[in-house]
Amino acid sequence: MTNKGNKTEQAGHKKQDSCKSPADKPDWATGLRRLYDSVVEEPLPDSFKDLLSKLDDTAR
Amino acid sequence: MSGDGSADADEFKRELTAVIPHLRAFARGLCGRPDMADDLVQETMLKAWRARDRFQPGTSMRAWTFVILRNAYLTEMRRNRFRGEYDENVAERILTAPAGQEEPLHLADMHRALLQLPPERREALLLVGAGGFSYEEAAEICDCAVGTIKSRVGRARAALSSMLEEGSIPRRDSDDDEAHGAILDELGVIASNGSKP
Repeated sequence: MTNKGNKTEQAGHKKQDSCKSPADKPDWATGLRRLYDSVVEEPLPDSFKDLLSKLDDTAR
Repeated sequence: MSGDGSADADEFKRELTAVIPHLRAFARGLCGRPDMADDLVQETMLKAWRARDRFQPGTSMRAWTFVILRNAYLTEMRRNRFRGEYDENVAERILTAPAGQEEPLHLADMHRALLQLPPERREALLLVGAGGFSYEEAAEICDCAVGTIKSRVGRARAALSSMLEEGSIPRRDSDDDEAHGAILDELGVIASNGSKP
């Protein structure tokens, strides 16, 4: 399995050309990946950091 | 409390922290609404933490937590929380990527198209096409046969291709505001006609 924790180059990158990609890699496939990666790369909202720090108090 | 248990918990937490961005991406793809997606992820994190004794170290934390997230999502779906909840404006704001203007395909269009798919095809495509899971892993996460996943992904791909190529998803940079206004006007007319006692 590939873990894509670090993909800054993908979402920040311009596509080289605007014409159709090859048949095995249509625009939407790239788009789907970028859609996912764009969320992966978002900074984590504070609410998650708060939750993580609360986990230690829970059922430890 | 043993020192080992504590170290295990720390390691678990580290791994859980590392997959949060992926959980958020999967959840947002599933339900469309960033706020609800994040609620789902937080619920998932709590459930995962409580069930951490059942996690087998060395296996994929991402796959394990995706199962929890998916179950939480399905529960919410049954409660109808996500029905028709896609918020265009929020999506526009959230999905503005830095290079977006030069992309042949806007992410917002992509997301809209994705949300047109039936949920089981959407999740299959998200897992395989976006999350990078193998068919086998996706089948395990969705608790179904590999063939079923392959067929769902295939159908989802075909549907997306035709939606995007035929332009049946409205492009966000053309007349969206007008179209939106027209729809609101129409709804207003319907509401005023239909709301008489």
